Amino acid sequence: MLQLFLEQALNGLQFGLMLFLLAAGLTLVFGIMDCINLAHGSLYMVGAYLVAAAAQAADSFWIGLGVGVAGAAVLGLLLELSLFRQLYKRDHLSQVLATFALILIANEAVRVIWGAQPVMLNPPDALAGPVEIGDFFYPAYRLVIIAFGLLVAGLLYLLVAKSRVGMWVRAGASNREMTEALGINVRALFTAVFVFGTALCALAGGLLGPLLAVQVGMGESVLILAFVVIIIGGIGSIRGALVGSLIVGSVDTLGRALLPTLLRALLPADAASTLGPALASILIYLLMAGILFFKPQGLFPARA
Amino acid sequence: MSLRLTTLAAALMLAGSAYAADQIKVGLVSTLSGPGAGLGVDIRDGFNLAMKHLNGKLGGLPAEVLIADDQQSPDIAKQAADKMLKKDKVDFMTGIVFSNIMLAVGPTVFENKTFYISANAGPSQYAGEQCNPFFFNVAWQNDNLHEAVGKVVQDKGYKNVVIVTPNYPGGKDAVSGFKRYYKGKVAEEVYTKLGQLDYAAELAQIRSIKPDALFFFLPGGMGINFVKQFVSAGLSRDTQLFAPGFSADEDVIKAVGGSMLGMFNSSHWAHDMDNAENKRFVADFQKEYNRLPSLYASQGYDAAMMMDGAVRDVKGKVGDKAALQKALEAKRFKSVRGDFKFNTNHYPVQNYYLRAIGKDANGRVTNKTMGTIFTNHADAYVASCKMK
Repeated sequence: MLQLFLEQALNGLQFGLMLFLLAAGLTLVFGIMDCINLAHGSLYMVGAYLVAAAAQAADSFWIGLGVGVAGAAVLGLLLELSLFRQLYKRDHLSQVLATFALILIANEAVRVIWGAQPVMLNPPDALAGPVEIGDFFYPAYRLVIIAFGLLVAGLLYLLVAKSRVGMWVRAGASNREMTEALGINVRALFTAVFVFGTALCALAGGLLGPLLAVQVGMGESVLILAFVVIIIGGIGSIRGALVGSLIVGSVDTLGRALLPTLLRALLPADAASTLGPALASILIYLLMAGILFFKPQGLFPARA
Repeated sequence: MSLRLTTLAAALMLAGSAYAADQIKVGLVSTLSGPGAGLGVDIRDGFNLAMKHLNGKLGGLPAEVLIADDQQSPDIAKQAADKMLKKDKVDFMTGIVFSNIMLAVGPTVFENKTFYISANAGPSQYAGEQCNPFFFNVAWQNDNLHEAVGKVVQDKGYKNVVIVTPNYPGGKDAVSGFKRYYKGKVAEEVYTKLGQLDYAAELAQIRSIKPDALFFFLPGGMGINFVKQFVSAGLSRDTQLFAPGFSADEDVIKAVGGSMLGMFNSSHWAHDMDNAENKRFVADFQKEYNRLPSLYASQGYDAAMMMDGAVRDVKGKVGDKAALQKALEAKRFKSVRGDFKFNTNHYPVQNYYLRAIGKDANGRVTNKTMGTIFTNHADAYVASCKMK
């Protein structure tokens, strides 16, 4: 029982931290530039493909991860300079349309280059098995992901809360006009934030690649969760993104693990087997609705 | 003028049934984009390879294959099929991967008196009460591969089994098929969301149950993730994995790699089957597409060969539906899976084999045929089919 609980808690933490990598970039772009980027999930997908391709070419997962993330960052830079710069001043509808088009283009491009079948990306051999601590087993690779997530979250905290650039970013998120008036080069700041956000989601894509399938369309499902996270956390807030990610990660994991068993104790078996998974999958949306009811701006609104 | 035209048209239509057509048209609607695309692409490539082997002809007549992508959506599939039936006037249809799409498209095809040769989807409805003279399945009935796994798990003496499938009709069919032949204890039936990719929560639950065997039916990307995560969680030490061939074919192996070694699965076909047709198919498929064929590819190949044999049998007179139906029922072609015959519900009566994933002579991870599970196995629904 302890093993089960501990394992599920770690699972929730791991899932939450990966969501955080995605949500951090999304919430900054949304919060600071007021730009809805539906293609954030596509950058995650492209990142995973680049990591897989580089890892295969270099025959090393870690080199692949570095090269893939760098490649995605370059792509993010080009996108920001060519497309997103034109979108910031437009209304949300144009942004949604343009970035939705990007999703379609990215999916087709990936299919043309890598084919329709999922691409293989395996973790380094040393991490392929489980870690054993006494009776307790946990996949080594998931532990590494947790470590990466904690590290990035820590660095991000230092960057945003303690550095000058972080101060500009926070200032930009809470009042853009005033920040510009104070002489900050907002244009360059936007580019930097966008590229950084792209690198983070490519890192998530690369790290999750060995756990999930690197395939066309992998970005869309995770994008919805990332949006749920930033809405719960408060748009534009890194702290909100972290808390929101951990909440969504644990609620989703625990819901999937406990609800079916719980319902089986209360209901007939066939009703429980239908209701349990259905309820588990809507749990995070119920949670989001509940939080928005009491805190319409999210838990940590950036413009409070 | 209009009277003469009508007469001419009527004459032509009469002629259609009496004389050989000068061209055969096939409509192939399949899932060629989205997460399920790997399956449809293999069916299409298998079909196209057969057309190449037949020099672009079906039954000796020049043939045209129209291909459309259904994007795994019943609505889009129905539109594409409507166009092929009404505007292009195809003689055969094939290609649909998923049963829910098949059930949406079927009625239009049958109303139009066009023969549908299913290269994958084998819904129980069309095997039982709703069986139709215009529907043939050249692959299997949906439950069959699951039944075969159930039999193996039962025969090998496993006593404590966990089942994992997505929470949708196909998943429920898999469970009922498996339980039709496995009579031991099912410790837990885990239903996941369709399209779920992270199984950490389910794997923790499985670990706490400690089953001796695990049966999963997770098509496409879902299966890839599940197996990878199952192995990295260390569960493969105490629990033997079983799956239908769909979750353990070349598309999945290519993505998962060595983690799948030792896994058992069931299939009606395997790439190492020893017959001349199969050897040619497997060798040329690799030459053409640079990968090993999957069971889906073999089914696409057989669908084309089946059309070829039937058109040849009626000497190109595809307008004579009754004769064409007889020719299709008689199975005038050599399948890459070896011999089989059609049951009264137009589903195959055939052998099912046990495969295990191992390394071949070149060190490549792939399926190996281990033995026969069922000989001349029919589906469970044929009794309720009253074929007209």
